[in-house]
Amino acid sequence: MKCHHCESQATVHLTQIINGQMHKMDLCESCAQEKGVTNPDNLSIGSLLDQSDAKGIPGAASMTCESCGTTHQEFKKGGRLGCEACYHVFRPVLEPLLDGMHAGVKHLGKIPSRTVHQKSADEEIISLRNELKRAVEEENYEKAAELRDQLKKLQSKAQALG
Amino acid sequence: MFHDLFFSKTKTRVPKPGPITLSTRIRLARNLREFPFPGRAQAQQKKAVLSKCLGALEGVKSLKECTSVDLDELSELDRQILVEKHLISLELSQSDESSGVILSNDRSCSVMVNEEDHLRIQVISNGLNFQSAWQTADELDTGIESALDYAFDSDLGFLTACPTNLGTGMRASVMMHLPGLVLSKNMDKVINAVNHLGIAVRGLFGEGSDASGSIFQISNQQTLGESEPAIIDRLQTTLENIVHQEKMAREKLMEDDGLRLIDKISRAVGLLKSSHLIQSSEAMDHLSLIRLAADFKFLPEKFRALTDRMFIEVQPGHVQFAAGKPIEPGERDRLRAETLRKEFLRTPQLNLDAQVD
Repeated sequence: MKCHHCESQATVHLTQIINGQMHKMDLCESCAQEKGVTNPDNLSIGSLLDQSDAKGIPGAASMTCESCGTTHQEFKKGGRLGCEACYHVFRPVLEPLLDGMHAGVKHLGKIPSRTVHQKSADEEIISLRNELKRAVEEENYEKAAELRDQLKKLQSKAQALG
Repeated sequence: MFHDLFFSKTKTRVPKPGPITLSTRIRLARNLREFPFPGRAQAQQKKAVLSKCLGALEGVKSLKECTSVDLDELSELDRQILVEKHLISLELSQSDESSGVILSNDRSCSVMVNEEDHLRIQVISNGLNFQSAWQTADELDTGIESALDYAFDSDLGFLTACPTNLGTGMRASVMMHLPGLVLSKNMDKVINAVNHLGIAVRGLFGEGSDASGSIFQISNQQTLGESEPAIIDRLQTTLENIVHQEKMAREKLMEDDGLRLIDKISRAVGLLKSSHLIQSSEAMDHLSLIRLAADFKFLPEKFRALTDRMFIEVQPGHVQFAAGKPIEPGERDRLRAETLRKEFLRTPQLNLDAQVD
């Protein structure tokens, strides 16, 4: 889709209702900005990131994801991240934006079952370790040996699940 | 050879589209671990993702009866028709390589591979029907996930190419026919009000499309910080409110200046019966009035189903599909008018004694 004003690819699509009449316009990012058309969703990530620049997040401009090569500049321009690792790299600039973008900043929805299994195994390992430590402290070596065997089993299972 | 793709192979879709809410849709965005998102992936990586996803989908029970299509094998016109039928997104239709879609035989589920995210799971249901759509999507997702590792973070939820989809990755939406609010010039107020509630309003074909035919797609904007049922609950409350507003607007239009509305509807019938050249957006606006007339019982109930079918068939891709070849816009306008004349030839006089429920 071409921009209404120039030949560039249109990325901003505006639907306005004026006196009950629908008006539609396709604009490229720069024409949209020139015309002062703001994203109706109020979610233009580029402009949000500009604000984060202004807030002076240290090193934001030079951030690059080593895993996929996405740069801060690219993220700012396209509003999209390149891979899972980007979420670690760009976390400092992303986190302040999430609050305005979403209803909250913590995921409260579905958790994939593999993660659930993984998580409960991790938790069990931690609690077994604590128990083992306590058993050793209490010099209850019989129990400690039992716990150590359980722990070994669980760890090798967790590794297999990977 | 793909033309049977476009049509449902089973005929059991309940409930029927209602007077105001045409359809409900749930979309889930998912990505695989260890692969860059499609926008950043190399051709080889996209190919690997496609084959991994197709493999995982093969094992999903609820998708036992489905068709899988490689986008590379479809002509531009075929892709356009799938978009017009809401079976694939515009973005997927424009993707260059290693993209695919899996369609269930009843066409209620589709899974797009290598769109903006690796997987876009979509479930469509008639009428206002979030519970069953969410349940189906949830099961489908769980089935796929049993064979794939999703990119997931315990704080941010499902990781998506665009941070606006983080968390649940869920977009719940309905398609609504709101001629009362448009004609009474109240639609902009409604859009403003619901935007403040984190709810987005778009045209018939989603992002960037216009709202011809007074059909709007209304969806949640926020995906992180609430559970799926909470998002759906909030959306449902707002939608019920919009349905109420639309009903009031229709009543008021009839009360204040019923003759003008009846005149508008009658003229729309006349135009559909006698046009020889008609563009899709003009056709959509007349069809919208016919649907409204069916809701008012000025026309028999069957005209609602007819307009819903014609909303899709007047789209450029469908006109060309009916012609059996790609054709120029001018010729399309002629063919579109011809189809509409045929379909609406026997439209009866408006039954003005009818009572609205």
